[in-house]
Amino acid sequence: MAYDTIVEDGIDVLVVGAGLGGTGAAFEARYWGPNKKIVIAEKANIDRSGAVAQGLYAINCYMGTRWGENNPEDHVRYARIDLMGMVREDLLFDMARHVDSAVHQFEEWGLPLMRNPKTGAYQREGRWQIMIHGESYKPIVAEAAKKSADKVFNRICVTHLLMDETKENRVAGAVGFNVRTGNYHVFKSKTVIVAAGGASNIYKPRSVGEGAGRVWYAPWSSGSAYGLLIQAGAKMTQMENRIVLARFKDGYGPVGAYFLHLKTYTQNGYGEEYESKWFPALQEMVGKEYLDPEASHRTHRPIPTCLRNHAFISEVNAGRGPIRMVTMEAFQDPHLEEIGWHNFLGMTVGQAVLWAATDVDPKYENPELTTSEPYVMGSHATGCGAWCSGPEDVSPPEYFWGYNRMTTVEGLFGAGDAVGGTPHAFSSGSFTEGRLAAKAACKYIDDGKAEGINVSDAQIEKRKKQIYKPLETYRIYRNEIVAGTVNPHYINPRQGLDRLQKLMDEYAGGVTVSYVTNDKLLNIGLHKLKLLDEDWENGIAAENIHELLRAWELKHRILTSEAVLQHTLFREETRWPGYYYRGDFMKLDDKNWHVLTVSRRDPETGEYTMEKAPLYHIVDDEEDGGKKAKEKEKAK
Amino acid sequence: MPTFVYMTRCDGCGHCVDICPSDIMHIDEVNRRAYNIEPNMCWECYSCVKACPHHAIDVRGYADFAPLGHSVRVRRDEEKGVIAWRIIFRNGKKDWDLLAPITTKPWGSAIPNLKSVPAPSQEQRDSQLLYNEPKYIRLDDGGLHTLESNGLKMKEGVYY
Ligand SMILES: Cc1cc2nc3c(=O)[nH]c(=O)nc-3n(C[C@H](O)[C@H](O)[C@H](O)COP(=O)(O)OP(=O)(O)OC[C@H]3O[C@@H](n4cnc5c(N)ncnc54)[C@H](O)[C@@H]3O)c2cc1C
Ligand code: SF4
Ligand code: SF4
Repeated sequence: MAYDTIVEDGIDVLVVGAGLGGTGAAFEARYWGPNKKIVIAEKANIDRSGAVAQGLYAINCYMGTRWGENNPEDHVRYARIDLMGMVREDLLFDMARHVDSAVHQFEEWGLPLMRNPKTGAYQREGRWQIMIHGESYKPIVAEAAKKSADKVFNRICVTHLLMDETKENRVAGAVGFNVRTGNYHVFKSKTVIVAAGGASNIYKPRSVGEGAGRVWYAPWSSGSAYGLLIQAGAKMTQMENRIVLARFKDGYGPVGAYFLHLKTYTQNGYGEEYESKWFPALQEMVGKEYLDPEASHRTHRPIPTCLRNHAFISEVNAGRGPIRMVTMEAFQDPHLEEIGWHNFLGMTVGQAVLWAATDVDPKYENPELTTSEPYVMGSHATGCGAWCSGPEDVSPPEYFWGYNRMTTVEGLFGAGDAVGGTPHAFSSGSFTEGRLAAKAACKYIDDGKAEGINVSDAQIEKRKKQIYKPLETYRIYRNEIVAGTVNPHYINPRQGLDRLQKLMDEYAGGVTVSYVTNDKLLNIGLHKLKLLDEDWENGIAAENIHELLRAWELKHRILTSEAVLQHTLFREETRWPGYYYRGDFMKLDDKNWHVLTVSRRDPETGEYTMEKAPLYHIVDDEEDGGKKAKEKEKAK
Repeated sequence: MPTFVYMTRCDGCGHCVDICPSDIMHIDEVNRRAYNIEPNMCWECYSCVKACPHHAIDVRGYADFAPLGHSVRVRRDEEKGVIAWRIIFRNGKKDWDLLAPITTKPWGSAIPNLKSVPAPSQEQRDSQLLYNEPKYIRLDDGGLHTLESNGLKMKEGVYY
């Protein structure tokens, strides 16, 4: 196979994956590194790549300190209760104190942010969300990244990171192949910021056949952020914390604006309120500290997303489905009706298509909801990702090793879904994290930490062989059979993906088992995954470059799944009922598990080691729930 | 829902191939026109539909749950800075036009080029501030929030 090797040398900051995190990184890196060489390697086209490809109708993370709305610590407390206590509060505080500056820039760049006509402030959808006309959100931030970067390589699927051979555990760049030409691309770089997004399609989706692409997170979210980092030996955290979404049925249209702005609510199939009746038993599982409906009612303290899922799932399992969203009241107001539709057109067009196809007019009918298959990601209401250093002025010693958002591999940074323990960052927070990582990466270089990096030709050649092996496998064995896809020597990427989804679904708590698993199931899952990985290594076949892309996406999904299984097995409690249940430990257990889980996969042996990391919380001087700090802020 | 391409409208220009985030719009070698090679990896994101200069791409709801006979079409115009949608129900009862802005500035004009702004000082480098901060955080004279300024501490343990 005569594919060229194209080497891009002397890079200072390499951004792998330019979605929201990556565009923020590329943009900001230019400011701190006016003379630095900044390069983007992206598997699609940065104008429409990543989870925001079709746009968004809301920016879900905005403090509004400018209007006196919230302080960063308010957001930390919110994310903490929503995630049942388990967040990296240093990283969240840091993101939250910067996020408004990103949003204000978006407005300046031309992103249409809606304003509240009465107050002049941004139109709130909820306490943290502001409403936008965000169809062009992604092309706009891509423009900013393009202006800053020296070079943008679109259509490069990055498969591996390069490692320095002078100093152990230091990154030295990345490699991949061009999805169009097939050429082998080598990026030698002093620092790498991985922002390659979260993972869909790890669990068997509810949709089948032609509709299998209708997943909540984009089907191209291949878990590459995790696959790349895990392969390089970076420590990961909270990989068990996969998320299940309650969404409109089949189309997975978003519900945020419906609940928060349109004030719609849910009912069971018989028109009854159902949530509250599940709460007493649930309170016994998780404790009053995490679920106290009365206090929530009084103080507007949110009921954690997973616990609301739990009520939903329990009601459906009790035979009283479907759960419906009551839209018929709100939609009588033409203005609200229009918002309801715009909301889909701006970010999940498929839901509008589905309602048009099935004649569902939410003005006259309350649409069905469902709970999705699980997703592995770290910027929505969940916090999977790499174990990263926080900022110097906030982080306790266990969370700080020199450079903000640097993983446990030197010179290797993360942003967005790649960074663990930082839920509720969303689009704006991911962009902000990219900016933070970029500043830190420039500092790392300026501090002389990237001196003397060396990558041997042997390493580059070894990766090249690995990358193209699926094409080779196909070529060798294809002609042993007449035609078709059934071959005793190989499987194709789709067949591998189907196997992965089935095993994750059945052994790691997917939809068909109502999100329940236990140690026995997880161990079988790990065993079967190992066999799948062996089949991948020895017998994944790609007929063409497009299939080669799918093969490597599958590899990254397999690596991500292994981490999910290992973490889920390690945490012996049910921390997030409604996201998943450990059938053998059905209670939340703060005595033993008020900790973050941290893993490392040895890149040489593939062995996993698991550890517990302490949880630090932001507390006020008097532990008064923030009252005093608020007064102080007001007094200023 | 998965895309398809009208034979008579497509001229094989490749814009859709260039933009599809899922890499599934490809040019058919026989017809020299585009088609969706992997409908079950289509997110119905409409990126290709919006990018096609000849409006040759449309969407037909996924066969496994969407009945035939509906239509959701779109025109996106960067010059005018708007996007126009038309939704038609299967039973024809709803036929709706919806319009939304996509930008408030002439396309691409307001995005700064950081290559040409003054380089940051050492003091800024040593601080926690990002580009345009602290000004852009609150658009007043306020500084960056810190644990200290907000009267906070980080403590290990169980706090709710
Ligand atoms: C349906 C939906 C609705 C949402 N609604 C909102 C909302 O209303 N408000 C809000 O603020 N947020 C919302 N979000 C969340 C937001 O989109 C994410 O938080 C954010 O995009 C995460 O940023 P990221 O950079 O980590 O990942 P992404 O933006 O997904 O970027 C990942 C990038 O990496 C690239 N990539 C992947 N693999 C590779 C590889 N191997 N090599 C090279 N490049 C690669 C991808 O092509 C992509 O460009 C929503 C998300 C979804 C899916
Ligand atoms: S963009 Fe339109 S005209 Fe061009 S190849 Fe695609 S479908 Fe054909
Ligand atoms: S709708 Fe999106 S995913 Fe589907 S073919 Fe078009 S660009 Fe690709």
